[in-house]
Amino acid sequence: MSLNTLTASVLRERLHAKKATPEALRADLKKRFTAVEEKVRAFARPPDFKAPADRAEGPLRDIPVVIKDNICSLGEAVECCSKILQGFVAPYDATVVTKLKEAGAFVQGKANMDEFAFGSSCETSCLYPTRNPWDLQRVPGGSSGGSAACVAADEAVMALGSDTGGSIRQPASFCGVVGMKPTYGRVSRYGLIAFASSLDQIGPLTKDVRDNALFLSAIAGPDERDATSADRTVPDYAKILGRDVKGLRVGLPREYLIKGMDMEVRAALDEAIALLKGHGVTFFDVSLPHTEYAVATYYIVATAEASSNLARFDGVQYGLRRPDPSNKEDGALVAMYKKTRGEGFGAEAKRRIILGTYVLSSGYYEAYYGRALKVRTLIRRDFDKVFAGCDLIVTPTSPTPAFRLGEKMEDPLAMYLSDIYTISANLAGLPALSVPCGMTKSGLPVGMQILARPFDEEGIYRLAHFYEQKTPWHTLKPKL
Amino acid sequence: MPISKEEVRHIAHLARLGLTSGEIEHFQGQLEGILAYIDKLKSLNVEGIEPTAHALDIKDVLRPDVRRPCLEIDKVLRIAPQREGAFYKVPRVIE
Amino acid sequence: MSTARYEPVIGLEVHVQLKTQTKVFCGCANDFGAPENTQTCPVCLGLPGSLPVLNAEALRSAAKVGLALGCRVRSFTKFDRKNYFYPDLPKNFQISQYDLPLAEHGRLAVEGGGVSREVRIKRVHLEEDAGKLLHPEAGGSSLVDFNRSGSPLLEIVSEPDIFSPEEAYVYLTGLKLLLQYVGVSDCDMEKGTLRCDANVSMRPAGTTGLGIKTELKNMNSFKAVRAALEFEITRQTGALEAGERLVQETRLWDEEKQATRSMRSKEEAHDYRYFPEPDLPPFTFSDADLEVLRRELPELPLARVRRFCSTYGLAPKEAAVLIASKDMADFFEEGAHLFQEVKKVAHWLMGPVLAQMNARGVSLDQLGLSPASLVELIRLVEDGVISQLAGKDVLGAMLDSGKGPAQIVKEKDLAQMSAEGALGAIVDEVLEKNEKTAADYRQGKESALMFLVGQVMRSTQGKANPKVAQELLRKRLTS
Repeated sequence: MSLNTLTASVLRERLHAKKATPEALRADLKKRFTAVEEKVRAFARPPDFKAPADRAEGPLRDIPVVIKDNICSLGEAVECCSKILQGFVAPYDATVVTKLKEAGAFVQGKANMDEFAFGSSCETSCLYPTRNPWDLQRVPGGSSGGSAACVAADEAVMALGSDTGGSIRQPASFCGVVGMKPTYGRVSRYGLIAFASSLDQIGPLTKDVRDNALFLSAIAGPDERDATSADRTVPDYAKILGRDVKGLRVGLPREYLIKGMDMEVRAALDEAIALLKGHGVTFFDVSLPHTEYAVATYYIVATAEASSNLARFDGVQYGLRRPDPSNKEDGALVAMYKKTRGEGFGAEAKRRIILGTYVLSSGYYEAYYGRALKVRTLIRRDFDKVFAGCDLIVTPTSPTPAFRLGEKMEDPLAMYLSDIYTISANLAGLPALSVPCGMTKSGLPVGMQILARPFDEEGIYRLAHFYEQKTPWHTLKPKL
Repeated sequence: MPISKEEVRHIAHLARLGLTSGEIEHFQGQLEGILAYIDKLKSLNVEGIEPTAHALDIKDVLRPDVRRPCLEIDKVLRIAPQREGAFYKVPRVIE
Repeated sequence: MSTARYEPVIGLEVHVQLKTQTKVFCGCANDFGAPENTQTCPVCLGLPGSLPVLNAEALRSAAKVGLALGCRVRSFTKFDRKNYFYPDLPKNFQISQYDLPLAEHGRLAVEGGGVSREVRIKRVHLEEDAGKLLHPEAGGSSLVDFNRSGSPLLEIVSEPDIFSPEEAYVYLTGLKLLLQYVGVSDCDMEKGTLRCDANVSMRPAGTTGLGIKTELKNMNSFKAVRAALEFEITRQTGALEAGERLVQETRLWDEEKQATRSMRSKEEAHDYRYFPEPDLPPFTFSDADLEVLRRELPELPLARVRRFCSTYGLAPKEAAVLIASKDMADFFEEGAHLFQEVKKVAHWLMGPVLAQMNARGVSLDQLGLSPASLVELIRLVEDGVISQLAGKDVLGAMLDSGKGPAQIVKEKDLAQMSAEGALGAIVDEVLEKNEKTAADYRQGKESALMFLVGQVMRSTQGKANPKVAQELLRKRLTS
């Protein structure tokens, strides 16, 4: 069996028992890359299949991982799949990269993504769209589309993505892999090129829950370089796996069971609920009354922060620079700023920068941004109330399975609304994971989302692992 | 909430985004739609509600006043679009 | 002056660079004069993925300044982003403080130069500095050096409580002194560790509103601030009296031309789009925290002046000279503990010691003089071992050689001729050679005596004890 199809945890056993070698693993990954990458296009740049200089002793020794192209890896190009960052080479390692190296893993390559993580389909990458390995005419989801696709296609063992409004969970559900967005502050953001600073988190995308738990334990923890990282020790998340779920109380928010939801998604979720009920999990009908305001709130807060975070891309220190002598009105410097940013950013990036600048601009702050921060409080309180009576919350990850390439590109608002289930977790800072919970008749994966109280990733892993082990979804592979 | 082309131009200028007139028109339309959607927040009563600027309730994160190594100058200037010796070079700034 | 139709209203905005070891949000050295672009890191360069973390010492220093200025230091404070594009601002936003600044509503007592008032302090807040832009003569480019980017800046804003350029000058010197006492900055305008912008408007004399405001920038010294304000007041008054309308604008001071000029660039009101800095959780100060900081404050300048007057009997002017440098004030107090006649200590410091500092171009702590050795020198003079004049020379020699005063006096054989015998002979000689002057004295001309004393001093190359010489002369002349 090709080593690239195995999980990290199984690979660790085999490598440790000398039943497999790191070289053979890399060779299998390379073979797979050569065979399918042309179709999937998960990578931003061709990965390196060389052995790393040296690997630490650690739980992930010799495991190559793919990281999203917005995470800095010393000496490697990091471009957020944007023209404006072409040629930018990271002069430092993100903290998660330092940590994964300390765990013995190493960076195999960079995954394709929506430009600056703006998107839910991986179609706004300045390079090319990644394809869903389960159906190459469909999107893998986004913005961590490349990360999800390479794991689903066995081009990678594990990957890191980032999640601001669902960008790990939604592609995980579209591609049939496990994706975790940790509690805000659980994982350091130092070295993650920021989209929305108060919402972003880095998280693992893996073939199964055990790998996800292993990877999160390796990358999580307080970081003195990130003032928003939580000063809490990291549990060994794998320890909780295998626990029973009898007696767990799970909330089903009625606002999430909306009319627009795909029938097959609904069916898959219902079956999952039934299975868990059969094993002693109690489900409650709960309400998150401000759900309908979540997308609007998100698109104000996230774009405002993004417009500020992206101001630094101006052609001065690195990346694209386009002088514009034809612009006589503005003077050489401002002309350079405008042409550089006008050419360097794609349409979605420009749209978000404009919206974000607008909602912060003079006269509009209180009406938009100021108000959105208050609605965010209300959304958080909704969750606090529910978690007073429930251990976990379960929802579909996405209202639909993977849509076709190009289907939502004309209507940005439609694209934004597809984030409806995932967005609230970012606004409230809660941990949330997507685990495969079924397949549609046409062979597309469906994901179930599990949310928990802050820092209760263990609770999520416990339920997710139990469910996963009772179902076949994690064993299925796309036919490529 | 209708938004004029002039407003879009003004916002683009604030953001130093060079937009073609086609883009301005295109974004104006899309923005109006998005803003109309976002306006649903106006129907909520947020009186007396504290804003949440940070998801985590932490405070007083400080670091000691202790020196750390700086980046070597060549590491950063190497990828500068334009440099002159040890400086970054930019189009003339008019004061 | 009192019949002026218009009166000026002035507010001052001072930026002070704190002298912490490291920058405000990263661990880079916070030194002046490093080679270009060698004092940077991903954070102060604003590289993608970098994050700020606040320097604890910068926060403490800022709070101490707030307390020293009598402000209310907030129990809850946060940072905000100030968004604008400029090449010396790596992120194209500055992390600053907007609506919840660290400290507010204080006051600075301003005394000196005929001024004795209180100026209210509107706010004190912490922010990061930008890099430096250079505009070389030739060519269409500017150059950027990011060494200074991320240095901790304290912004101190006064209310428009200043009513003349002279008051502004005195305010600035008083503020600088206070900050030096608190020990947070060198406040050196030449090095740029203190910068000042001024706002000035004119209003009809005796009214209370505010006129059209002009912001003045580019003044590189306190004198320049005063001169710029004088110029502006004249300009604005002239314009108003000619019936012209003034516009709200920013004007730059031109040191060479000694005039202000309007900034050429299009006057666009900045829309800074302030919002809370998401990368920095907020900060709190408890009453206990503030008490600790308060106790760390040294005795502040004006309190020290008052105490010097009351405890040591110094005149306010004398006390003011001594406290103008914390080092000198500390030195004086140590000396005062060692020698009862404190006024002598004061005079030596304000006179010969200060003169030596100026001549050598060094500060007091670089001079190599200790309070104990100065007191030793003063004792030698007071005990009559050497003359005052000789004492000044000895001081110079002490500083040159590092030796103590007694040793130098011995080596240079400077001990005064006091013995009546040795001096008496010289006194007789002088009287012989100056018969006319002696006669003048006998006829009532007092000044003749001093001339004769001078002659004795000349004759002995300054070694004579002038008091003794004077007494001897008087005796001989009146006998």
